[in-house]
Formats: sequence, structure tokens, C-alpha cells
Amino acid sequence: MSTPVLSVRDLTVDFATRRGPVHVLDGVSFDVGAGEIMGIIGESGSGKSVTAYAVMGILEHAARIRSGEILFEGQDVLKMTRRRRDAWRGRDASIIFQNPRTALNPIRSVGAQIADVISRHAPAPAAEIRARTLEALRQVRIPDPERRLRAYPFELSGGLCQRIGIAIALACRPRLLIADEPTTGLDVTTQAVIMDLIRSLARERGLSVVLITHDLALASEYCDRLAIMHAGHVVEIAPTAELIARPHHPYAAKLLRSVPSLVDELSQLQAIEGSLPDLRRTDLPPCRFAERCERRTAACDAGRLRLEPVAGQPSRLLACRNPL
Amino acid sequence: MTPLMRDRLDTVRHVLFGNPLNLLAFGLFLLILLTALLAPALVPHDPLRTNAQSALQGPSARFWFGTDQLGRDIFSRVMVATRLDLLIAFGAVILSGMIGSLVGAMIGFWGGFWDGVVSRLVDVLMAFPLFVLAMALVAALGNTVVNVVYATAVVNLPFYIRLARGEMRVRRSLGYVEAARVGGSGDWRILTRFLMPAMAAPLVIQASVNLGWAVLNAAGLSFLGLGVRPPTPEWGIMVAEGARYISSGQWWVAVFPGLALMVTVFTFNLMGDALRDILDPRLRT
Amino acid sequence: MSRILIRLASAVPTLFGVVIVTFLLTRVLPGDPAVFFASNPSMTAEDVDAVRVSLGLDQPLLVQFRIYLVDLLHGNLGNSLSTGQTVAAELARRLPASAELTLVAFVLAIAVSLPLGAVAALRPRSLVDHLSRVIATLGVSMPTFVTGLLLIFLFYFLIGWAPEPIGRLDPFMFEPERVTGFYTIDALLEGDPAAARAALAQMMLPAITTALFALAPLTRMTRAAMLEVLGSEFIRTARASGLGRRKIVVTYAFRNAMVPVVTTMGMTFSYMLGANVLVEQVFSWPGVGAFAIDSIINLDYAPLQGFMLMMAAIFILVNLTVDVVIALLDPRAAL
Repeated sequence: MSTPVLSVRDLTVDFATRRGPVHVLDGVSFDVGAGEIMGIIGESGSGKSVTAYAVMGILEHAARIRSGEILFEGQDVLKMTRRRRDAWRGRDASIIFQNPRTALNPIRSVGAQIADVISRHAPAPAAEIRARTLEALRQVRIPDPERRLRAYPFELSGGLCQRIGIAIALACRPRLLIADEPTTGLDVTTQAVIMDLIRSLARERGLSVVLITHDLALASEYCDRLAIMHAGHVVEIAPTAELIARPHHPYAAKLLRSVPSLVDELSQLQAIEGSLPDLRRTDLPPCRFAERCERRTAACDAGRLRLEPVAGQPSRLLACRNPL
Repeated sequence: MTPLMRDRLDTVRHVLFGNPLNLLAFGLFLLILLTALLAPALVPHDPLRTNAQSALQGPSARFWFGTDQLGRDIFSRVMVATRLDLLIAFGAVILSGMIGSLVGAMIGFWGGFWDGVVSRLVDVLMAFPLFVLAMALVAALGNTVVNVVYATAVVNLPFYIRLARGEMRVRRSLGYVEAARVGGSGDWRILTRFLMPAMAAPLVIQASVNLGWAVLNAAGLSFLGLGVRPPTPEWGIMVAEGARYISSGQWWVAVFPGLALMVTVFTFNLMGDALRDILDPRLRT
Repeated sequence: MSRILIRLASAVPTLFGVVIVTFLLTRVLPGDPAVFFASNPSMTAEDVDAVRVSLGLDQPLLVQFRIYLVDLLHGNLGNSLSTGQTVAAELARRLPASAELTLVAFVLAIAVSLPLGAVAALRPRSLVDHLSRVIATLGVSMPTFVTGLLLIFLFYFLIGWAPEPIGRLDPFMFEPERVTGFYTIDALLEGDPAAARAALAQMMLPAITTALFALAPLTRMTRAAMLEVLGSEFIRTARASGLGRRKIVVTYAFRNAMVPVVTTMGMTFSYMLGANVLVEQVFSWPGVGAFAIDSIINLDYAPLQGFMLMMAAIFILVNLTVDVVIALLDPRAAL
């Protein structure tokens, strides 16, 4: 397999708070290949967004990266100089966010916001910047782009705002796009439209996408592979169809059984008992799902848990000592 | 002691001792109150007694803050003036607070024609720089201390009216009001039993901040010669009297009453912050 | 443009209310206005009556108001009994003195408070942050007239940097020829930079005193607004797009923070107009505020009325300007 576009290795992140560190991420690892759409699934609080922000380098001040590597096309971005990282961000890798309207500057025209990013990464005379801005708008299929240049976010619908967000993110032709819950704030029809747009842009350009969502149904439709996260751990990674058909990790199985569209009969719907463990604890077990798991054994508490390939299934990774 | 009372006392204790500034605020406030109450009985010299021979002497062991141009002891005058300045400020704030919040609550609750009229009136009042309005009011009403209180009260009314009106408009459509109405309570009962007590917290916070402003206002008016007349000891006119000696270096005549003003206003402002912390943690800066 | 006119039109009722209030102030409140308007307290009863008739004070109130209104629309604000000139002329003559002072103070205040507040927000818990908070708390507690006197004592008496605080110009210098009424500008127009510098020197202490007063609310608001904007999601997008720090701080953060700050500027200007009266008194500055005080002391009430009207009109104008500026800054704000 050629070098993955993104390779996160053993990423561990703490948040420093007044009442002690919060162990948000612990040993997170996954790869994203060129041109693939990878889904990161988990409940809220599982650490999906923190992972995304860590990759992009936009974690808040209180966050501390304790260990790990984030390799972009083979290079560790954590070791880049600040200048290089700033240049890399927005040009080689980009991110779009959940709430499209608040993600945009309310008092600046959308054309100006796109132009800002273009001229930062590839300075050029004004006329050319304008042409490329229009091109960016056309790429995201915004009709009548000349008129929209001067529009403000509050004048646009949620769907249009998210398109602008995508236009900003893709304006400099990055190789990686992270989409952090891009459609959660939109209505269902618009969701499909935006996701179709992302998918077709990804296919056209060979763009790798990391789709972060709690919506398993959405992920199952658009993602090539899925990584399931729970409480700061990645617990299972597999191609979508395989994972949905036969989840190995107990948590993944429960997750699938809680989604109406993935379940054959409504009577089979089950909620997951318990809740996420308090990540401030210093006595967290090696498997953070153990305390909610019916399949817990003594082996589960014996030493650090890692993602390991499953025998006979080369494309599946699992972090469980008593899988289904 | 009920659990609720204990909880409230806990909050008070937490706020007071959690932030040393809050403790300072209350301590100073107590000190100022005590001065206002006890100063006339405890000061070393008669604040009104003049003595041409000891005029314009700097601070010394005998006259701790020095003497003014008529030989009066500035320390005694500054201490005794506390009472008058506090009375004016409290008077104005209580007056405007009570009337303003009642009017504001009523128009906020019922709306309609009177709401329009009063709101227009408030807009007009606020179209004047407030100190200028106070000046004009005292000039028109007559140059007395009572009129200073009235003028300061009038000038402060808009804040309370707007505050009460805003709070009322937010709360009048809340669930528990509907429930009370269904339960048979009339408008007045709802207003006085439920809504007005709920407004108490923001009102008290506003009042404490206003106190500082009222002191400045009254002192400013007296500085200009409006309101308090000599020889009454009051910080504003004391600064005015001392102003002409500053350029020749006799700073103590104006500076000590000025400091008293600063400390008092500072205390009220700090108290406002402390009260805000106690009464409504959501408003904390 | 039409929206500006509509906005202006909405100020008319308030203006009208202002006119009514200034009218009532001297006519309805207790005390016999005729005595106030009579020039000499030792006048006889017949003299007072004569004054009353001549001033139209024996007419019913509504008639008086109509006369007042008509006079006003003709620009007739009455006469000042102590100077003998029309009130309008006196105010016009003294306005530039106050205006020059207030404008310089305002510019000073903005030049210090905006950067201070912005940097305080950008570097929380730093020295600058603490400094800005101290300034904010002190500034609100200090009476303007005390600050002015302290500054005089410090900079004139002790250190000797400032000139004697006796007004706009050293008594040995001549006033520059009046074009705008602003001594600094007029002196420069006349080709006399020395006079301009002297005028500026005289203005420094009073301007700083007034500016100190405005420093507190402006710094506080700038800091709060910047903090809030810096925590918004679009700043996160800007960072994620790799935009430079300067661009983010200035174009994205500061500009957005300016919206509430401009509103505060309008309010602060109103407070400054009030504080101006006190500052003019402390520094013997011959502006409209000092004129108003003198008139009150002389029981000369027409100038006070005119002064009140003028202050309110200026403030309404300032608010209008604030609204226009905000509409320019923030496309969401409807005029």
C-alpha cells in the first residue's frame, strides 16, 4: 500500500484543567489512504473532534499532546516549525465544521473570505485572486457566483453556507479534507446534497476525506472505511460493509443496534447502558468500555490495549480481548 | 437554619473569602458606614471652627490632613462630610430605584399606551448628558441639598425603568406566570408576589453601581456650587475650595476630600461586583 | 441614503421632547420665572411685572410654548442677560473651545484604550491585561475634577511640564485669527506653528483629564468584545485556513469587536459632554460648559436653556453617527 495521506500513530492528548488533567485521547491510531473516505464514528465526548483538531493543529491552549505522531504524506506535522505548519494548514489539509453559518465571519463577504485564504497561500494579483475565487464557488456548484461574491453569511441558507465552507477548505487544492459533523446542523435533504457534493469532489480530485460523525447511517452510506471511537480510544477499524455486517467489538455492535435504519426490526433497537467514563480519573482501566461491557473478562484488564489486525481479515483492526 | 439558608450563607462565604477584593469591598463599606455614623461624635476638631492663624497648614500631628484657608481641620471635615455625601447618594438611589423599578415593572408587564409614553419620556431624558440634566434641574428647582437628591434621582430613573421593564418583559410570558394566572391570581398579585421579587437581584446590583455614580454626581454638582453651600462640610465643595490652592502647592485642601471621594466610589463599585458574584453568578465578568 | 434620512426622522420626536423639557424646565417648576429673568434682584414689583409681560410670561403656557417654538425655529434662543449678547451668538463663539477639547480628548482616549483593550484580550493574565483592569476600575471611581486637580498638581506644580492652567492660551500670546475657532488649526493656517504648539500645550492637561474619564469604559468594552470575538467559531475557521496572525487579529477579530465598541463610544461621548463642564471649570477653559455655569450663578437662565438644547442635539447627532458607522461595519445591522 502506498504511503497513506494521513497516518495517526499512538496519539495521546490531555486537557489541563483546574481540577486535574482530562485524558481525552489515548493511543489513537488510524490511517487514511489516498482518495479514500474514512469515517470516524462515536458518541459525543468520544474524542472525534479533538482528534481532528489535533491533526489540524487548532487545539485550544489547555490541550497537551503527550505523545504520538501525526504523519501527513510521511511527514510528522507535530515536528514541523510553526511557520511551515501555518503554511500547511489550509493549503495541504483543511477542515470544515459543524455549524456552517457561525463558522463564517458574519461581517465579511463570502467572496472576501475565500479570497483571504487564496491570497494567503498563493499570493497573486487581485484579478487572478478574483478569478480563482469564482472558480472555487463554481467547484461547489454555487449558481450565479459573481453575485454571491458580495453576499454575507446571514443572507445565505445553511446549505449554501456549508458550500462556502467547503469552497474555502478546497480553494487551495488540499490532499486531505476533514469534515467535522458537516451536516449535523442541516436538514435531511440538504444533508444528502452536501454529502454528495463532498463525495463527488473527493472522487474527482483524489481527495482523502475524514468524515467525523455520530450518525452511523450517514457514515455507512458515504464512507469506504469506518473507525469506531469510544472515550478517547479507537476500538475498531474496518471497511464499511464488513463492519456493518459483522462488528467484532462489543461497543461497535451495540452502536449498530441502536440505529433504526441499520436494524431489521424496530424491536431489535437497543440503547447502550451506562455512560462514558469520567476521563479525569487516574484509575481508568485499559479498555475504557470495560465497565459498560457484558463481555468483560480478566484479560481485559491485563495491560495496555492496542489496535491489532484480526487473523484472516487483513483490512480489519480491533482493540478487544474478548471480541464477538 | 433551613438547608436553603445554609446554602445561601455558603455562597456568601464562598464569594467573600474566595476573592480578596470582595472582602476588601465589604470591609471598606463597613468602614465608610461607621464613619458616617460616628464621625461627628469622634472627630478631634470642630469641623466648622475657623482659626485664621492656622490657615493653610500642611498635614501635621495636630491636624492630620492639614487646614484649609479658614484654618479649619480638614480631617474632621472630611470625616464628617461622609454622612452628608452618603445621605445624598443613598437618598437619590433609593428614590430612583423604588420609583423607577415600579414604573418600569408596570409598563413592562402591561405594555400598551403607557409603555409608549414612558419609553418616549425615558428616551428624551437620556438624550441629555445626564450630568448636564442634573445641573439644569438643580438650577431650576433651587440651590438646596434636597434638590440635589431629587435631581440625581430623576437623572438615574431611566436606568431603573429600563432595567425593570426589560426584566418584566422577559418574565411575564414565562410558564409559572401562566400557571399562576390559571390558578386565579390577579395581575397585581402576580406582579408583586412573583415577578418583582425575581427582579430584585439585578436591581440591587444596578443600585450598588449607581451609588458610586450618585456620589460622583452629587460631588460634581457641589463642586460647581450647586446644592450644598459653605460652610457645610461636603467633599465636592471642599475640593472646589481647595482647587485654587493647588497651583500654589497647597495640595492637601483639595486632595484629601478628593481621595475620600475616590475611595468611596471605588468601594461602591467593588461592592457592585461582589454583589453580582453573590446574587447572579451568570453575570460574573 | 434614504435609510439615513429615515433614521434622522426617527430622532425628531426625541428632539421635540427635548425642546419641551427645556421649555418646561424654566417655566413650570416652582419659583417665579419673571424674577429669574429679571436682571436685577432689587427691582420693584412693577418692574418685575413689566419684565413678565415683556417676556410673555403672563400668557397661558401653550401660547408661551408656541412663541418659544417659533423663536427656536428662527434660531432665536433668547438673550443672555449677563453678557447682553444673544444666546445663539455666545454659544457659537464658545463652542469651538469645547469642541477642540472634547475632540482631542476623544482621539486620545481611543488611541490608548483600543490597543490596550485589544492587547489585554490577546494576552490574558499578562501585565497588560492587569493594567487594563486596573485602569478600568480606577477610571470609573475617579471624579473628573479631582483627576484634573491632581494632574495640575503633578505636572504643573511638581514637575513643571505643563503650562499654567489658566485657559486656552498664554496671556502673552494673541489669539490666532478665527477661521475654525480651533486654536491649533487656526494658528497653523496663519503660519504660526509656535502658537499652535502653545495652544496644544495648554490643551494637554484638560484633554488628558477628560480622556482618562473615557478610558475606563472604552478599555473595558474593547477587552470584553475582543475576548468574545476571539472565542467565536469563525476565528477557529480562520486559524484552520492557515490565515496569518495579523490578518486574524486585525481583519477578523478586531473589526468584529468594533461593533459593540462603537456603540460604547457613543455613550462615552455623552458622558464626556457632561464631564466637560467640570473640566472647563477646573482649567478655566472658556467653553460652553463654563458659560453655562456662569449663567446659572448669575441667575441668567436663557443661556442654560440654550446650552441644554445644544447638548441634547449634539448627543442625538452623535448617536446617529454611531448608527451609521455600525451599519457600515456590520451589514446585518439595519439602519
